[in-house]
Amino acid sequence: MKQMKLMQGNEACVEGAIAAGCRFYAGYPITPSAEIAEGCAVRMPQVGGKFIQMEDEIASCAAAIGASAAGVKSMTATSGPGFSLKQENLGYACLTEIPFVLVDVQRAGPSTGLPTSPSQGDVMQARWGTHGDHPAIALSPSTVEECYTLCIKCFNLAEKYRTPVIFLMDEIVGHLRENVEIPEEGEFEIVNRTVPASPAEAGPAYACKNGSLIPEMAPFGHGQRYNVTGLIHAADGFPTNSTEIADAQVKRLVAKIEENLDDILAWEETDLEDAEVCILCYGGTARSAQSAVEALRAEGIRAGIFRPITLWPFPGKRLEEISRKVKKVLVAEHNNGQILLEAERVIKNNCRIDFIGKVDGTVITPDEIVRKVKEA
Amino acid sequence: MSKMEIRLAGTGGQGLITGTIILAEAGIFENKFVAQSQSYGPEARGGMCKGEVIISDEKIGFTKVTKPTFVMALSQPSFGKYCRDLDEDCFVLVDESIVIPEDWSHKNFLSLPILATAREKVGKMQTVNIVSVGAINKILNFSSEENIKKAVLMHVPKGTEELNLKALEEGARLVK
Repeated sequence: MKQMKLMQGNEACVEGAIAAGCRFYAGYPITPSAEIAEGCAVRMPQVGGKFIQMEDEIASCAAAIGASAAGVKSMTATSGPGFSLKQENLGYACLTEIPFVLVDVQRAGPSTGLPTSPSQGDVMQARWGTHGDHPAIALSPSTVEECYTLCIKCFNLAEKYRTPVIFLMDEIVGHLRENVEIPEEGEFEIVNRTVPASPAEAGPAYACKNGSLIPEMAPFGHGQRYNVTGLIHAADGFPTNSTEIADAQVKRLVAKIEENLDDILAWEETDLEDAEVCILCYGGTARSAQSAVEALRAEGIRAGIFRPITLWPFPGKRLEEISRKVKKVLVAEHNNGQILLEAERVIKNNCRIDFIGKVDGTVITPDEIVRKVKEA
Repeated sequence: MSKMEIRLAGTGGQGLITGTIILAEAGIFENKFVAQSQSYGPEARGGMCKGEVIISDEKIGFTKVTKPTFVMALSQPSFGKYCRDLDEDCFVLVDESIVIPEDWSHKNFLSLPILATAREKVGKMQTVNIVSVGAINKILNFSSEENIKKAVLMHVPKGTEELNLKALEEGARLVK
């Protein structure tokens, strides 16, 4: 039998990253993500990896991208204020197609806000925080165990699609300690980027082969010579003003996510088979919803939960199907209504939409959800 | 025991969050489900601080304490904030330095010299959280002596093991 361990969400994220093969961490510590930096400072050298504390969040994001360009899986972690600073380089990684994992343990904002209080206010920033049309993948864990397993998934998606992936944690799970059953090696899939066989066979660095939307990726030192730039670039990596190339490049970046939704999308459905009320929630909020559903069902109220695990891309098609079967969808999140906008976009008039949001730095309680569900 | 919801409140720097981590660790050794969390301000020490742990036979949904079954307060402000509107069956433990207002009474209530024990008997104020853990486990009796010792040793700095085991013992001795 595998042993149960007491672990904190942030610690589990570190261990998940290491299990995924991450061997480089650059960061600038910030509450409530600081334990990820602390953990990496201890653990990275133990597994032959590198930890570096940079001068700020901008540089740490750049360092993580640089390490990945050199062929090492890399990660940086932060919270709201640092997430804002990392947006510029996040966009750079989107366009240069350099995979890495950016962890954001959300705290109450805006600005430095309430450093030690939970929030889910960065959901839209995770989608549109960096400028221009770009691909976005963001995953949200609800348990400490998922801080481990989904962190591995973040790396796998980053490597597979050559794109930055955002691990959108929140203070509730980041600072929570609970029982964790760590999977053993071999029990989870590890994906590595495709590297061209040899420099001679590589061809232009950003050319896609065999109908794939994702170019192979040679690490620095591999022998293949190419340019890396945040300007729109041709297949050889050098800047171009070609409108045709610009159009094709931006559309391909978005298409490599949009055309692989079946592979990327993840969500969990709980007690929805006979449900009249669907609670739409994610991350730490799902824990409140679980207890609320137990209480509601004990009173004979048929409630269930739809929990997107990938917030971006959003599993809208499935939510739309569910919204045809229930009387109402209650969106619960720790912000002023961000995933609510997605819900309204896909549900339209299929059913009633209610909302419970909190921005005071406290956690939505099961009682508050129960009361909202019962509202006529 | 099916579900215990424990809240330890006091001043930042007293180590109460570590106290709840130790209780959670012991809970896991006793094959329970646990959820430990905390709330504190941006100050490094001196602010109001609260650690919480739920220890349950069943999987835990909501991870925060809503109906405490045990509350300990080690400072006057934390007593004022967390020792009101409690269920009758909730057990309240306070340090003897806390002034109990005349309008306050509670059925399951104990006032113990926790701070004084750490300072004088153990000889180090920093062990106040371990003295507390000793007293709490004696009252709640959810962990074997062996497991609570093991949990303490996992979360104290190297070189302080003996001191902290003494603190644990002195804490338990406070509860008759």
